[in-house]
Amino acid sequence: MKGLKEVISEHAFFADLPDGDRAIIAGCAQMASYKAGEFLFQSGREAEHFFLLRHGKIALELQAPGQEPYRFETVGEGEVIGWSWLFEPHKWQFDARAIDDTSVVKFDGKCLRGKCDNDPRLGYDIMKRFARVLVQRYADTRLQLIDVYGKQGG
Amino acid sequence: MLPEAWIVRENLRETEDVVTLVLEPGGSAAPTAFAPGQFNMLYAFGAGEVPISMSGDPGDPTKLVHTIRDVGPVTAALCRLQPGELVGVRGPFGSHWPVADQQGRDIVIAAGGIGLAPLRPVVHHVLRHRGDYDDVVLLYGARRPSELLFTGEFESWRQSDIQVVVTVDHAPADWTEHVGVVTTLIRHGKFETEQASAFLCGPEVMMRFTAAELESKGVSPDKTWISMERNMKCAVGFCGHCQLGTEFICMDGPVFTWPRMRNLITVREL
Amino acid sequence: MQARVLEAYQLHTLIGLLRERGYCCVGPTVRDGAIVYDRIAGPTDLPVGWTDEQAPGSYRLKRRDDGAYFGYVVGPHSWKKYVFPPERRLWQLKRAGQQFERVDEPSQTPKYAFIGVRACEIAALRIQDRVFTGGEFTEPEYEARRELAFVVAVNCTQSADTCFCVSMKTGPEVKSGYDLALTEVVGESHYFTIRAGTDRGREVLASLKTSAVNEAQRSAANTRVRQAAESQTRTVDTEGIKELLQRNYESEQWKEVAERCLSCANCTMACPTCFCSSVEDVADLTGEHAERWRRWDSCFNPEFSYIHGGEVRKTTASRYRQWMTHKLSTWFDQFGSSGCVGCGRCITWCPVGIDLTEEVRKMRAGETS
Repeated sequence: MKGLKEVISEHAFFADLPDGDRAIIAGCAQMASYKAGEFLFQSGREAEHFFLLRHGKIALELQAPGQEPYRFETVGEGEVIGWSWLFEPHKWQFDARAIDDTSVVKFDGKCLRGKCDNDPRLGYDIMKRFARVLVQRYADTRLQLIDVYGKQGG
Repeated sequence: MLPEAWIVRENLRETEDVVTLVLEPGGSAAPTAFAPGQFNMLYAFGAGEVPISMSGDPGDPTKLVHTIRDVGPVTAALCRLQPGELVGVRGPFGSHWPVADQQGRDIVIAAGGIGLAPLRPVVHHVLRHRGDYDDVVLLYGARRPSELLFTGEFESWRQSDIQVVVTVDHAPADWTEHVGVVTTLIRHGKFETEQASAFLCGPEVMMRFTAAELESKGVSPDKTWISMERNMKCAVGFCGHCQLGTEFICMDGPVFTWPRMRNLITVREL
Repeated sequence: MQARVLEAYQLHTLIGLLRERGYCCVGPTVRDGAIVYDRIAGPTDLPVGWTDEQAPGSYRLKRRDDGAYFGYVVGPHSWKKYVFPPERRLWQLKRAGQQFERVDEPSQTPKYAFIGVRACEIAALRIQDRVFTGGEFTEPEYEARRELAFVVAVNCTQSADTCFCVSMKTGPEVKSGYDLALTEVVGESHYFTIRAGTDRGREVLASLKTSAVNEAQRSAANTRVRQAAESQTRTVDTEGIKELLQRNYESEQWKEVAERCLSCANCTMACPTCFCSSVEDVADLTGEHAERWRRWDSCFNPEFSYIHGGEVRKTTASRYRQWMTHKLSTWFDQFGSSGCVGCGRCITWCPVGIDLTEEVRKMRAGETS
């Protein structure tokens, strides 16, 4: 089986991270897996983790009473999920549920925040990586909002 | 130019507002070869004429297959046609997807909604010449699962080693494929960006963002083609309606390289 | 062939010869306070002794103090209505078993003689030739009408305030594209110098009673044409005009012109090169007979750019931009020349007097300010 550092270095999100930094963050990581239908996190709970997806697919959902959960986005192989660990109040805003049997690298947010606080250079690097993903998701959401495939959309 | 009469053999309902017509030549019409991405002017008798791309197999010109969305009076009349009824055909017109020239390369087909219809002939071509290409990926997005076209064929395409990756904007709970816009699928297809040729069809906004995303991932803009839509009355460059800057969409297009369109489609109301 | 002299009173012989040869003669005539093109039986139907005064948004007929036949410039009509009619039924079909059957009789191509075609108008016809017959597809009716048409050209001996053919290098002198070309001289004597440009022109000329042209007559004719050129005040700087417009798609000037433009489409109807059309399909009440009509259309009409969901060009600014950019710029990409011949009709017949030449000047000035 591959070691944690190797798995992290193969994942797109941290692919070009310097070896030294990779060793530092690996200290906050562990392998994990989820069965199809299992929750990775649920809204309102403490957000103390983020996840690099290695295999499988995860849905982000919003729960509403009396209705099917509204599934607005899926995240797949090579992507990252979860940023509430970075920002106060460190609470999940949505539910994340495995659609397939899924394997991930699970990072301990509190651990990583501590390392970033101690080493702002590393903190800035990680912040930029998450910012890039946030900007991408934001752009994707806009396209979803304008209903591009609809009759009015063209 | 007079429309030739073709006979509706089948009217297949694809989605709530989309049907596929399978046509065979009528009395004086003769089968005509077409290239993937070309279109015909389809005439609903007495109602009017609209440009509709071929959605069938270019390797079988004995019949014409057109997939039509009901968006107005003429398309509604076409969608209502029943087996045995006549439809007028002028064509084929326009430029084509140069898939036959991409031998040895990876093929990325990205479609949005009804945009899969003009691209299905590319899939057919690939199926007939699968050995000519390396990885082949179809990235397909629609609003919701009920609006996806040709879903019954995906399994057989997959068996011919075509990756079919599907996403929707709105999903019911039993949906196990992706959710999100089609651009997000680019990271889920397996292909070499440097040796990929991409064919994009869908709403203009979708093509713009997909082309930009492919370019940022390393796909050459010169190897990216998109298919454009404008008002067309004549299809032969006379009526003037379909102009976009220097181009007549009916004759210079509908298929253009991405760099040819990139600067034109971002100008408002051009 | 050397130019000859045709006495003015012989003009009716020329028209008579053309009629004998089966031509339907059409030319300028006065109607509703303007000089329009219509059928003419003889020289007396021409606007004899009339002239026109033109300015942006303004057109007036005035009496001349002589009996000139061609002492005016161009009016609201152009010859395109004879080679590309404003409204045509293209066909009538009925359903007959497994095919459509054409039920209308193919109409005979009219054989026109155009009397009094100006240099800018010959340039316009040649531009439409490239549109309808110069590409992959050919418009058969246009081609047939154009081939049959006999062109009697007239050199302009005066310019209107709105003329700018010199800038567009299309006039005022007729250099080619005619069967016969006339220059009218009215003074102590009244005559035309006449030359033939084609075999059928030579044949007609040979049947006319003409005399050799002397130096004084040649000089009088040339002077009048030169004076027409020299009197033009309106100009367009065509240097780099294709690139100028294509790099100004986002100019604020389009909004400014849209504050005046009524999007009325007059400029496109009057323009001798505008060729856009639309078709309408109709059926009778039984649904068994259908027909298709083609009518001139204009890029100023909102529905012109309609695709499902709405019009691409919703604003007047975008429609004016389309018209002017097409005319002066993208026309080069599409047909290898400008789409403007400098006839000035779009200036005269614009109800608010928008001046294309002024808009070009402003666009250049906007780039350097």
